[in-house]
Amino acid sequence: MDFVFFYETFITLISAIPTTLQLAATSVALGTVLALGLALCRLSGIAPLDWFARAYIFVFRGTPLLVQIFLIYYGLSQFRGVRRSMFWFILRDPYWCAIIALMLCTAAYSAEIIRGGLLSVPHGQVEAGRACGMSRFLVFRRIVMPLAIRQSLPAYSNEIISMVKATSLASIITIMEVTGVAAKLISETYRAIEVFIVAGAIYLAINFLLTRIVVLIEYRLSPHLRQAPSLQPVAAGEMK
Amino acid sequence: MTQPSFLDLIGSGPDGWGPALAAGAMMTILIALAGYAIGMVFGALGAWAKIAGGPVARGIAGTYTTVLRGIPDLLVIYLFYFGGSTVISAFGHLFGASGFISFPGFLAGALAVGVTSGAQQTEVFRGAYKAVHAGELEAAIACGMPPFLRFRRIIAPLTLRYALPGMGNVWQIVLKESALVSITGVVELLRQSQIGAGSTGRPFDFYFIAAMIYLAISTLSGALLQFSEKRFTRGVRRG
Repeated sequence: MDFVFFYETFITLISAIPTTLQLAATSVALGTVLALGLALCRLSGIAPLDWFARAYIFVFRGTPLLVQIFLIYYGLSQFRGVRRSMFWFILRDPYWCAIIALMLCTAAYSAEIIRGGLLSVPHGQVEAGRACGMSRFLVFRRIVMPLAIRQSLPAYSNEIISMVKATSLASIITIMEVTGVAAKLISETYRAIEVFIVAGAIYLAINFLLTRIVVLIEYRLSPHLRQAPSLQPVAAGEMK
Repeated sequence: MTQPSFLDLIGSGPDGWGPALAAGAMMTILIALAGYAIGMVFGALGAWAKIAGGPVARGIAGTYTTVLRGIPDLLVIYLFYFGGSTVISAFGHLFGASGFISFPGFLAGALAVGVTSGAQQTEVFRGAYKAVHAGELEAAIACGMPPFLRFRRIIAPLTLRYALPGMGNVWQIVLKESALVSITGVVELLRQSQIGAGSTGRPFDFYFIAAMIYLAISTLSGALLQFSEKRFTRGVRRG
């Protein structure tokens, strides 16, 4: 065992962790907003919106993420109009292309998770809110949304973890995140197994921390499932 | 010179890449099938270890599923592709060969896809086994079936029935994961599209058609899976 090599690999790879986290955080955050929009389209009952969301989800879930990344990064540059447009400074940058592709892809998966969460809100709760005189928006903001978030958190943590894993594909379009740096190290040193162990440990640590955080949030959001704190028994005579 | 139209590009004419793309699609399906088969083996072994294994076997299976589900597939492909080459070269040196011997990309890709999907398959099989009613096993024991017959006649068919939806999901994941094998240089659908994009300067057209072919494969296999699910649960009363 060459511990010096392990240590050096670890130090090199650590410097790439922020890129991985940035990619994952940005695309998940943007993707969630898009996913909420798609989920609302699916539930809107307006046929064109529903069909658009269905088609979107079908296409993005049915094709490999790598193809989507290539389509955005290499594909769009084929069109002169894109190269001359004001968005070109974003679309020629591999970093933003990776984020756009990851965002579009995660939105398709998360939309179904969010839709499931929204559907799981009991109808009575909505009726109760309406009966209290809340507007539709207020019902959504105060009743439906919080309940849906709590319901879909476990599935959502899976999606976040698969996004952290998916950021590795950004290395194929030259972004030096953890996998990119690891691939570079492997091709420089030909010590694939050692580099793999270190890089794998880093991903495992990130994902382990993320799952812990989500479990913690879930715990905070579901006090109704916990046993009520036991009250100290008070003898009848001591009651004032 | 006029640019060939999109249809010329994907057709089988002089400018056409149709046959090449079709061959690439076949390769994609082959990689996915090989990876899926390997994953089934790993999944069955993993589920067996988790259900019936001792503490050591359970520990190994638990580590396997946790690790393989927590790290990116791309990293696993790199490991098999470059690590496999390193190991083979080392073996080659033992037998007097010199220089660098590269590991076949197809094998590396199929193994990597198989090992990662095996981790998911383990959980699918384990969950399906749990769904088999204890009464059915007791009935088999009561009939005096020896363990292997019990497995062949009762456990395996029932587990497979419950596992089918999950196995379908894993297949879809494997199919999409096979695109990553293109980095090893295996000329599957995505690699073929890259080659086409490079030599015609029409990346969008090629990646678009690649995406459509992937979509077609996953839709068709999805329909097939749904059909088989219907067939294998025809003995189950619904509702």
